[in-house]
Amino acid sequence: MSVAAPPALEVLGVTKRFGDVLANEDVDFRVERGRVHALLGENGAGKSTLVNIIFGLYRADSGEVRRNGEVVHLNGPRDAIDSRIGMVHQHFQLVPVLTVAENVVLGNEPTRRGVVDLDEAASVVRALAERFGLEIDPWARVEDLPIGLQQRVEILRALFREVDILILDEPTAVLTPQETTHLLGVLRGLADTGVAVVFITHKLREVMAVADDITVMRRGKVVGSAVPAETDEASLASMMVGRSVELSLERTPASPGDKVLTIVDLVVNDDRRSQSLNGINLDVRAGEVVGVAGVEGNGQRELVEAITGLRGVVSGSITLEGVEIAGMSPRQISTMGVSHIPEDREKFGLIGAHTVADNMVLNRYHQPPYSRHGIRSPGAVEDNAERLVAEFDVRPSNIGAMVATLSGGNKQKVVAAREFSHEAKVMVAAQPTRGIDIGNIEFIHRRLIEYRDAGMAILLVSAELDEVLGLADRVAVIYGGQIVAIESADGIDRDRVGRLMLSGTDN
Amino acid sequence: MSDLFIRTRWWVLTILVFVLITMFTAEFQQAQTTAVLASALRQSTPLIFGALCGVMCERSGVVNIGIEGQMLLSAFVGFMVASSTGSLVAGVLAGMATGALMGAGLAGLSVTLLGDQIIAGTVLNIAAFGISSYFFQQGRTLPSGKTPQVSLGPLADLPVVGRVFFINRPLTYISLILIWVVWFILFRTRWGLWTRSVGEVPSAAETVGISVARVRYTNLIAGGCLAGLGGAYLSLEAVGSFERMMTNGRGFVALAVMIFGRWNPIGIWGAALLFGYASAVQTQLQFRGWLADDPQFIGMIPYVVCIVVLAGFVGRARPPAAIGQPYSRE
Ligand SMILES: Nc1ncnc2c1ncn2[C@@H]1O[C@H](COP(=O)(O)OP(=O)(O)OP(=O)(O)O)[C@@H](O)[C@H]1O
Ligand SMILES: [Mg+2]
Repeated sequence: MSVAAPPALEVLGVTKRFGDVLANEDVDFRVERGRVHALLGENGAGKSTLVNIIFGLYRADSGEVRRNGEVVHLNGPRDAIDSRIGMVHQHFQLVPVLTVAENVVLGNEPTRRGVVDLDEAASVVRALAERFGLEIDPWARVEDLPIGLQQRVEILRALFREVDILILDEPTAVLTPQETTHLLGVLRGLADTGVAVVFITHKLREVMAVADDITVMRRGKVVGSAVPAETDEASLASMMVGRSVELSLERTPASPGDKVLTIVDLVVNDDRRSQSLNGINLDVRAGEVVGVAGVEGNGQRELVEAITGLRGVVSGSITLEGVEIAGMSPRQISTMGVSHIPEDREKFGLIGAHTVADNMVLNRYHQPPYSRHGIRSPGAVEDNAERLVAEFDVRPSNIGAMVATLSGGNKQKVVAAREFSHEAKVMVAAQPTRGIDIGNIEFIHRRLIEYRDAGMAILLVSAELDEVLGLADRVAVIYGGQIVAIESADGIDRDRVGRLMLSGTDN
Repeated sequence: MSDLFIRTRWWVLTILVFVLITMFTAEFQQAQTTAVLASALRQSTPLIFGALCGVMCERSGVVNIGIEGQMLLSAFVGFMVASSTGSLVAGVLAGMATGALMGAGLAGLSVTLLGDQIIAGTVLNIAAFGISSYFFQQGRTLPSGKTPQVSLGPLADLPVVGRVFFINRPLTYISLILIWVVWFILFRTRWGLWTRSVGEVPSAAETVGISVARVRYTNLIAGGCLAGLGGAYLSLEAVGSFERMMTNGRGFVALAVMIFGRWNPIGIWGAALLFGYASAVQTQLQFRGWLADDPQFIGMIPYVVCIVVLAGFVGRARPPAAIGQPYSRE
């Protein structure tokens, strides 16, 4: 190969505007074959916009995209697919009512005499899953899968097409640390076979572990590039945010008060009606953060849904300051003072086709001051939204924008802002910083601690062990639908927690 | 196996009860039973065409409330062409072309111009009514008569069933075949998988390289052909002439049939037969002079059946998720 071989992919001077928002401004970006290229930037920096242009989903206002030195005209994803570009989308692009196999082969189905050969599709998926160590049941319906497995389907779908350029837009946001490590290995392997990998993430540790090249964006522009050997997490963070960021949290010890949330012998079924919580006992006191650590799929989701009223309880009790809330409706529970940041914001946290302002009062719109005598008061709704958008730095700050047009991290901020905005006794936070950039993670973590100190009882469920250990005052490890250990976070042994998460015992 | 039985037990039970009643009445009154069943099939045919059109459109995510208009104008154009050329085949083809053209119009309004699909469908209905009334000429006839009866040899000699299913006119046979063809396309072919994914999550289809616009245009035009056949059936096969408003709401009933049939052609067949049967019983009762002073009550029967069935079953049916929403990439 000659030294001057053109890059696999080159973006030159791309500009893209959405209404008033300049999402990409004169962006240059080049990706070499055989390398993993990390694309970093704060929420709303324009990363997804850029890769959507490369994939032909968005049309750039100006600028060009080159493949191996030649300008390509992308009129749609078909053209990108034909030039062997594959993409894993930040917002899943799966058809929930179809099976895993159907989703993976969609658009490129094996057929026999005109009939879609589902058995063939399933065995292709199985082979693919085995090759990359991403096990999955090809016959499962996507809508029945937890979000981590849906992510796996997305990844398999991109791998199915034998691509030269693979773009992954925050694929690790919903993966457990183990799954993430595995995926990074897969990406490395692909790069070693000559694939150019573009990898978007907010987790700098992953960048340091896998990237060969790094490009950083801020407010629509490329603001810098680096190679891991010559940089560190702190300087990447400040390049992203434009200021220095506190990567570890300073905090004072908690001073827990009375028990606020008490869970006794809780038994809950999962979607397939088999028991997923087998008698859980847990309490959360005012002024403390209890962190639930566990590998996804061990009952965390069912626990959160049972507390917030989204899922029926088989037996046992959940009390809020002595009042039984098991069996109440989600609205009653919310009104009684339980806030909830759901793990699946698109499904449970937001209405994409409504404005930011309306989403900010989704659980309070029927109460004064947002409505009186059954009639909405738009003024109050807007004032509330203006205040929260400023406080949580939601971008763009236009409260009339449809939530669906926000970047992923800004959607998450809308949910967090709403749930922090009203008087609550308990906050159930499931993956509260999923998809959020480091600057904003810092902000949300500070918030959680502030509310804790003001006397809120906080139940934090996170797949990020670091997040749990960094925030929680007590750590509960969940395994197989049971709490296998619960202890003070002071001086806790990280490796021991890891073993408990994986096997339920610490030896 | 047992799983399949549990899922379909209500269908199986309904069919069983129906077959038993039919056998019982056929034992005593063979002629009437056969007449009622034959009439049920006749009444169900236009509904099948209409509902198959609906299912092609809605499975790809476009609501089509213009089926009534598509059938009406196709009935009119088909009749005019057949009456002036003397060729029934030309009439049927003209009917299909009319339906297809209107389907393309609906696609233009709702897919290309991203207009509201309900309004676009309403436009079709109003246009069809206006055009067919304006150009309608009293007293035209079909020189060739209605489509001819075709009997399928030995099958036609079976008791009851033979008379009902195997002595029919061509478009009726075609409707019975199309049920299975549309089912096969939707649930077995690549096109069907594309159609269903476009109707559920258009952006997902787009990201794997499927053109949402192309799928929707094609399905709306193909659906238009089906509605056109329904129109041609009314003027060229059932009646043999054209009358103002001759669809008489069948396009809307077809939508109910499609929903009751859960957006599945085989379900649609069952639903259309049920509705056709209710209509046939109604005719039979009126014929016998039941409630002769207040025939409206008898006339209500098919619609009451329709309402009860929709209220009872539809809660459990789930429409395609993207229905009614115009799709654009950005
Ligand atoms: N379809 C759209 N319509 C209007 N505005 C949009 C659209 N898509 C993106 N934007 C805006 O463009 C900007 C960049 O968004 P983008 O999704 O590219 O950010 P991102 O870097 O991927 O952020 P995140 O890390 O939060 O995913 C944001 O301000 C967003 O609100
Ligand atoms: Mg993004």
